[in-house]
Amino acid sequence: MVDMLTPVLSDGWDTERAWTLSAYEDRGGYRALATALGKGQDDVIELVKSSGLRGRGGAGFPTGMKWGFIPQGDGKPHYLVVNADESEPGTCKDIPLMMASPHTLVEGVIISSYAIRANVAFIYIRGEVLHVVRRLQRAVQEAYLAGHLGTDIHGSGYDLELVVHAGAGAYICGEETALLDSLEGRRGQPRLRPPFPAVAGLYACPTVINNVESIASVPCIVDNGPEWFSSMGTEKSKGMTLYSLSGHVTNPGQFEAPLGITLRQLLDLAGGVREGHELKFWTPGGSSTPLLTADHLDVPLDYEGVGAAGSMLGTKALQIFDETTCVVRAVLRWTEFYKHESCGKCTPCREGTWWLVQTLARLERGEGSEDDLETLVDLCDNILGKAFCALGDGATAPITSSIQFFRDEYLAHLRVGGCPFDREAATLFATAGAGAPA
Amino acid sequence: MTLRQAQDGAVTPETVGELREIAGRYPQSRSALLPMLHLLQSVEGCVTPEGIETCADMLGISAAEVSGVATFYTMYKRRPVGDYHVGVCTNTLCAVMGGDLIFERLQGHLDVGNDETTDDGKITLEHVECNAACDYAPVVMVNWEFFDNQTPESAVQIVDELVAGNEVRATRGARVCTWREAERVLAGFPDDRADEGPAAGPATLYGLGVARERGWAAPSGEAGTAREVGADQAAKSARTESDVAVASSPADTPDSAEPDGSDDAGKATSSDDTGKAD
Repeated sequence: MVDMLTPVLSDGWDTERAWTLSAYEDRGGYRALATALGKGQDDVIELVKSSGLRGRGGAGFPTGMKWGFIPQGDGKPHYLVVNADESEPGTCKDIPLMMASPHTLVEGVIISSYAIRANVAFIYIRGEVLHVVRRLQRAVQEAYLAGHLGTDIHGSGYDLELVVHAGAGAYICGEETALLDSLEGRRGQPRLRPPFPAVAGLYACPTVINNVESIASVPCIVDNGPEWFSSMGTEKSKGMTLYSLSGHVTNPGQFEAPLGITLRQLLDLAGGVREGHELKFWTPGGSSTPLLTADHLDVPLDYEGVGAAGSMLGTKALQIFDETTCVVRAVLRWTEFYKHESCGKCTPCREGTWWLVQTLARLERGEGSEDDLETLVDLCDNILGKAFCALGDGATAPITSSIQFFRDEYLAHLRVGGCPFDREAATLFATAGAGAPA
Repeated sequence: MTLRQAQDGAVTPETVGELREIAGRYPQSRSALLPMLHLLQSVEGCVTPEGIETCADMLGISAAEVSGVATFYTMYKRRPVGDYHVGVCTNTLCAVMGGDLIFERLQGHLDVGNDETTDDGKITLEHVECNAACDYAPVVMVNWEFFDNQTPESAVQIVDELVAGNEVRATRGARVCTWREAERVLAGFPDDRADEGPAAGPATLYGLGVARERGWAAPSGEAGTAREVGADQAAKSARTESDVAVASSPADTPDSAEPDGSDDAGKATSSDDTGKAD
């Protein structure tokens, strides 16, 4: 029986100067690198495949399979690009990981690059996290000095250069092909697929793009074996992962657990919804995943379980909102975000998100009519599946799900001619128990 | 709010040299454009027409192409930014938790609107999108350093300290440097502050603490890294067990590289050996 929490990536975040090379090596760091360099590259890919590791950035694509798509012996350079552009609203796992233990990622990068036969790798980190950029820069510098990076790594004959690349503020660059355009020095706009990045990615060369947590999970798999990893989790969702609880919860934070834990269990560990209040709605994996309610407390938080409940596991960013929160205000704000971040490449997303904001803002002010709800649903129908990339799809998720679960709250705005909620009551600094909706 | 002029207004040979150095990190030089723009902002206080021309000349692309990139990303500014960029997260979760009230209070306190700079050139206020610190909501960023669990009062206190020229430390981060200094780090020229601040804040460690308290751990693996940690030994385990791990680690793991052993080794401010690619 596996324990309810299984800290692996987070194990050691509480050690003294955890971000340094010496602290990382003290807790067994870079042992997996030595193991991996002693194996054949295809064996490392096979090992990750058989572990069942799936992408932790939201899509859940099997990591080893992604690596396996890289053509071999094609004579072209191969690249590994780490997506450290963590920006999905509610998502806050990769940034603390890189802050506390950047070497976990760096070691993962070296092993993964070795496996896919890349000699240059990039960590594309969002620019708005200065201290995390510093920690990564330092970790990479330390790794070079220790011989973990550079030429002929530990006498293996394998060479790897690793570049830390800071972005400049664009949510869309978390989309992997937009990230590649951005890394090539262009506007971050998604590319048409096929060709997929595995065939024509960075500089039109075979490229693997993986989320920070996915790559950071590689060393422990190499270290402990694929069976160890797959002994955690559920049938199709293997291993441990970081769940991030935020919002109206007594003790928000990071909880590393086997895939398949439920929100009821996590909330219990976090001391419940803040005192005197009750759960109203939550996101399972960021704002691009349809909202769920208290009826979904026992949904297993794995790829299949959340999908069956009508949402997506996404980034496991569990944003908890209690009954003091106005769902219309919440959804409007997310929608304004998607409108602002739409890259403008495709019409459904560029124009659609603009109209979504206009319509939602009118409803939030208590103006407009009930017909606006049908307009919203209709607009969403014209964006979902018709936009160039997943940003447009994501923009519709909070709207359609909130109308499904909280239709009456939209209508309440029309009845009272404005928002019936007290903004102060929802804040962190509100007095406990204050502010039931008027 | 006044319209400030870009300062220093000249791209010096030294800056050109550093721009070339950035371009040298990448297999294809155009990849350097984003960090180059960060560096130019650190020199000129914003992206200027001169800076755009410099990038275009160096990369062999048109000024329109550079401009198209510079206007796409929100961190690039067309007007000079103050010494301290204060970003208040007003995406949904932080907004609900108090971000909206914090932003309104700061607007009134500083007498500026969104993306505007105070008359003394000290503070630029902007509402920002989710900054990946939701478990510390509501969050304020100063020059992209984390200030966690803010209130309108605490945020006012921070900007007052900044205006007064006092040293301000991030909740999870370093002593706050100027916006221009921060832009230089983002361009890939590290400063000396990576070792400042904690590894993690309380929310980051909360789940780990619960696991330690209850004696929960990942199953034991082949290498024995993941181990059963009893509640009683949790406190001392980190050190003693890692000693065991070191003792059994392969001999080819170099122990010579311990730049943090002494305070200054490995902190070279030169970027020469950091993150460079051929």
